This record gives sequence, structure tokens and C-alpha cells, in this order.
Amino acid sequence: MATQPELELQRLGTEYKYGFRDPEQYVFKTRKGLDREVVEQISWIKGEPDWMREFRLKALEYFLRRPLPTWGADLSELNFDDIYYYIKPTEKQGRSWDEVPEYIKQTFERLGIPEAERKFLAGVGAQYESEVVYHSLREDLERQGVIFVDMDTAVREYPDLVKQYFGTIVPPNDNKFAALNSAVWSGGSFVYVPEGVRVEIPLQAYFRINAENMGQFERTLIIVEPGGYVHYVEGCTAPIYSTASLHSAVVEIIVKEGARCRYTTIQNWSKNVYNLVTKRAAAYRDATMEWVDGNLGSKVTMKYPAVWLMEPGARGEVLSVAFASDGQHQDAGGKMVHVAPYTSSQIISKSISKGTGRASYRGLVKVHRGAHHVRSNVVCDALLLDEQSRTDTYPYMEIEEEQVSIGHEATVSKVAEEQLFYLQSRGLSEAEAMSMIVNGFIEPITKELPLEYAVELNRLIQLEMEGSVG
Amino acid sequence: MTPEATPLFTIENLHAGIEGKEILRGLDLTINRGEIHALMGPNGSGKSTLAYVIAGHPNYEVYEGRILYKGENILEMTPDERAKLGLFLAFQYPTAIPGVTMANFLRLAVNSVRKARYGEDKALSPREFRRLMREKLAMLRMDESFATRYLNEGFSGGEKKRAEILQMALLEPEFAILDETDSGLDIDALRTVADGVNALFNPSMAMLIITHYQRMLNYIKPHFVHVMLDGMIVASGGPELAEELEAKGYDWLKSEFAEAAS
Repeated sequence: MATQPELELQRLGTEYKYGFRDPEQYVFKTRKGLDREVVEQISWIKGEPDWMREFRLKALEYFLRRPLPTWGADLSELNFDDIYYYIKPTEKQGRSWDEVPEYIKQTFERLGIPEAERKFLAGVGAQYESEVVYHSLREDLERQGVIFVDMDTAVREYPDLVKQYFGTIVPPNDNKFAALNSAVWSGGSFVYVPEGVRVEIPLQAYFRINAENMGQFERTLIIVEPGGYVHYVEGCTAPIYSTASLHSAVVEIIVKEGARCRYTTIQNWSKNVYNLVTKRAAAYRDATMEWVDGNLGSKVTMKYPAVWLMEPGARGEVLSVAFASDGQHQDAGGKMVHVAPYTSSQIISKSISKGTGRASYRGLVKVHRGAHHVRSNVVCDALLLDEQSRTDTYPYMEIEEEQVSIGHEATVSKVAEEQLFYLQSRGLSEAEAMSMIVNGFIEPITKELPLEYAVELNRLIQLEMEGSVG
Repeated sequence: MTPEATPLFTIENLHAGIEGKEILRGLDLTINRGEIHALMGPNGSGKSTLAYVIAGHPNYEVYEGRILYKGENILEMTPDERAKLGLFLAFQYPTAIPGVTMANFLRLAVNSVRKARYGEDKALSPREFRRLMREKLAMLRMDESFATRYLNEGFSGGEKKRAEILQMALLEPEFAILDETDSGLDIDALRTVADGVNALFNPSMAMLIITHYQRMLNYIKPHFVHVMLDGMIVASGGPELAEELEAKGYDWLKSEFAEAAS
């Protein structure tokens, strides 16, 4: 029996004048490539208000006008004409477990992920078990006035809130990929935490039903009213199987006076994916914004979570871990923009490179004129696992004020033979010894993760090691 | 061959070194179960090289000879394979591993060794491990907070040596090498460590104690004492040899050895 959304879809498919529907698989997607027509189709399918359609079309112009950035990772192989920019979620339901590659299944097996969750992660079927969890969670949240829905729903049900904040932190013309996301976004989360409300359990995108959790172009907006607190957790450590080769998300966060927001991501896209993400938060008086960001998967990642410190007392923090294995380039870091005096920030970055993998730290600390008594500290440590692997550091500092305290430390180390020998002499295999050293190296960050994520991250690194050593 | 007939540990004509430079130049040694051997010698005589070669350090090369453990040549084995057979080296300079707690490291080490030696089902549960660890910490008069500290990071010289003996206590080796375990210990710490080692020793195992001075041997009584010079064992005897060395120094042996060699 078809569910309500499916019926809805079928109806849409029949009525839609361009008829982009595959009657056999109920797949609903725009044609490859991107132009005005495609963007209009997306907006039409979603039944969006005019302002959102205009927003998308304007963003498309910015996207087409802007050149491909060349300052970071190599993006020259990206072919924008060979990408589907919108695929209706039913495509997930159409995909069968048999189509998921064997190595992904094996990894799930070894990570000990429950059957239902595996299918969800692989994009197969819906996550029925989580609905139960989600329902009780949602009731609790509703009592507190917290809104936690997918972005498409938010545009329909909370248009005023969305319109007020959407695109204000990351404007559509911010960069080429923010423009792309603004033109074709789909899915992502909308979180609203009312004044004084503390959300005690971490909100996980995973619990949301009927949503495109792992969308190609997801768009997340989080608003924390004064004195509120929320911890949002995105992604998971299991590899996310994706047939699409480009993922470009935008996350915007507003943390108002005295509020605190923590946003945790563990990204483990499959290794064919370009992951180009813009994440930015604005923190107001005495507010705290913390990004905990782990990048393991993908072919290329470019991601620099940012905090704009708008008023005195605001505090920003980025904890970043990147693991670049064979063929991967993780270009990650953080940005702290001190607009107001008496603001403070910290960036701690740990990167690991293995084989032909390359991990780059790229970060910016900017202190605007007038932002005196700013304190900022940047620590970036790189660990190389072998002779071949590579790391680079690009720390940018733009300091326009003199009464500031800015610290920067960077270290590059290799896994010492003596450490490996010592651990092996106690009965650990070379792979076990290697993963123990790596897990120790990133421990300052893993201890900040929810326990189950920390455990999975450690196991995942162990799997990476087993693949490479011996 | 009966187990009694096979020595636990034998070195035959061992020539080994590093980067093409020969340090051990034809070394022979036999150690039986229930025996404690002391290996003494001046700095640079090759004592620590021997310890590393036995444990399987990848930087050392073996040019000739064999090392037999329970009758099996271990030279082709990786360090962890050797550990899983029951070999243990207490390091002179233990390496720090930041971010890895003693407890996490030791539980993995103890269980991988236990599984290899006693069977897959002999791994300790987290609870059993904690109990065992607490017991051994108490034996070595170490604070329980050791368990949550990062492996050897920020440890004082004495703490490092105690931590090595703690590892030995948990890994229950059949053949243990203690490389200069006495260096860096004050007299009280030395006594505690020696008491611990004595308590761990039993007739089914054997130990090789490498030391520069006789001091340690006042607390751990060796059955045999060997003196090493220039990569060879030049004199062997009972405990009285250590006392003689303490009184006369190594120069006496050096000149005697030089005469014999010429």
C-alpha cells in the first residue's frame, strides 16, 4: 500500500507538465545539468512561495557568474553538467539493498550497525524504527516549543521564521557553492529553540522522518533564542553510500544573547564524493558557538566552519579532525571573525594523512578594527602515517586591532617507529598499534563527541588501519 | 624431546647490529626455566642492543646465528608475535603515547596476549581486567590514578620504570628481560620494584636482568651473572662475579679479555 507521501508524489508526477517521472520506479528527478528551468522545476515540485523561488533564481545567477575557486583543493574534475540537481526522495525507496556495494555492507557488518540502520544509511527504504523514537522525542520538544523539522516542511509551516533568517548568515552570493546550494537546496534541518529553553538531548538529523537527511544539497538553519541551548548532531560515522558525486550543504546558525549551540558533524561520505560545505554561525552577546567537525570520507572536502563574533562576550570554538586516506584531499579548518571587542575564539585542528592522502589545515582569524581585547588561539597538529602522505597548513591572520592576544601553534609529526615497536612488543599487531596511536592523537576531540560517536570513530580508524598495514 | 631437555631460551652465535655496523659479535647464552640471569657490562658493550634484538626491533639486523625460544627460532617473528609467545621486555626508555590511557592500552595488550597464549575465550572482561589491574597497582604501590593517565606521558623516571613492571605483572611473561630497570630509581622505589619483580618470579619462568651496576642485584638475586664486552659474553659465573665486578670495576676484565684475545 502506498503511503501518503507516495500518493502525493504520484499525483504530482502525473500533473507535472514536464513529466519528469519514471513510471516504473517512481523516480522523480530533474534532468542532468543546471539552468533556470531546472531551478524553477525544483521550486514548483516543492510548491514553494514566490520569495523562495526568487531567492533560488537569484542564487543561480550568482552561481553561474562566479568562477570555480582555485585557492583550495583541486576541483577541476567536477562536471556541473553531469549532475542531477534534484532527485525526489522516492529514489531512495526504489534502491534495493542488493544494489549497495559489497564493501559498504561489509563495513556496516564490522561496525556492528543494526540491520534497519544499515539500510537507512545506505539509502534503502525508510527508517521505521526511528519513527518511534522520533515521536516521543517530538512530543517532548513540542512541549518546550522547540521546532525540529526538515527544511522543506519549515518553509511551508513556519514561513515567517524561515523568511526572517534564511540566507542571512550565508548569503547566496557568499561563494560559488553557497550559491549553488541556495539555488537547488533540498532537505536539511530547521531547528528553533525558544528563549531560555535547554534541549537536554542531542538532536540528531537521523531521527527526522520523511526527510532527505543525506541530501546532496541540504540546507540547515538553527536559531537559538536568548539563553537557549541545543546540541545538533549531523551525519554518522558509518560510510554514507552515495551515487551522487557532489554534495554541497549550507548550514546557518544564529546564537543569541547568552545562548549556546554545539554542532557536531562526522562526515564519512563514500570516496567518490566532492564535499563542499559552507557552515557559518553568528554569536551575539555572551553567546557560545561550538563546531565539532570530523571529516573522514569523500574524495575532496572543503569545509571551514565559521563563527562571526558579533557582540562582546561572544565565544567561538572549532574542533576539527580530518583523516585523509589514499586518494583523498581533506581541506578543512575553521574561521573566526571577531567583529566586536571582548570576544574570544579557539580553533583546534587535528589531521591525519595516510598513503597518497593529503590533509590541509586552512583557517582564518580576522579581527576587525575596533574589536579590541580579543583573544584567539589556534592549534593545528598534523600526523603523517608514512613517507608518502602529505599535510599542509594555511593559517591566515587578518588583525586590524592592536590590543589583542592571538596565539598560533602548529606541529607536524610522524608516527614514530619507537612508538609502534613499543606497542607491538606488548602484543599489539602493527595495525592495532597504529590505530591506537592515531586514536590517541585525536583524543582531545573524540572526548568531546557523544560516546557512541567516539566509539564508532575509533573503530572506523581501526578499520582504515587494517586496510593499509601488513 | 621432553620439555625439561629443551632450555627455555637459547642464543647461538648471534651477530647483529644496526645500519651495517656489527654490535653483537658472536654471542651465546642459555637460560632455563626457574633461572634469573644478570647481564652486566660497561656502556656501549651491546647490552641494550641484545634486548632490542630479542624483542624484534625493526631497526636492528641479524647477520648470523639463532635465537631459540622453547626450541623455536623467533628471529623471523614480528615483535607482537614474540610477545604473544610470552616474551617481555621492560624498556630502559619507555615511549610515551599521548592520548592513550594506561588502562585502554593494557586491556588490549593483555587480552591479545591472553587470547594467543591461553585461547580465544580467555580474554578478560572489562570488570575482570579492572580488578586485576587494581591488584597489580597495589602490589607495586602505585596510585590507581595511573590507570587513567596517558601511557608514559609526563611520567617521572621512576614512574616509567614502575609502569613497565606493572605491564610485566599483567602480561605474565614466561621470559622477561629487564633493561636497566634500576636506573632512575631512588632506593625506596628500587626496593618496591624489586619486591614486585621477586613476587612475580616463579619457577616456570626465567628472567634476564640487564644492569650496569650491582645495586639491583642486592634485591633480585641472580643465579648466574654474565659480563659483556664488545658484543660478546666474556665471563660467566655465579652471584659472586657481580660482587667482584663491583669491587674491581670493568677495567680488570677488559685487560684480561684483551690479553686472551691477543
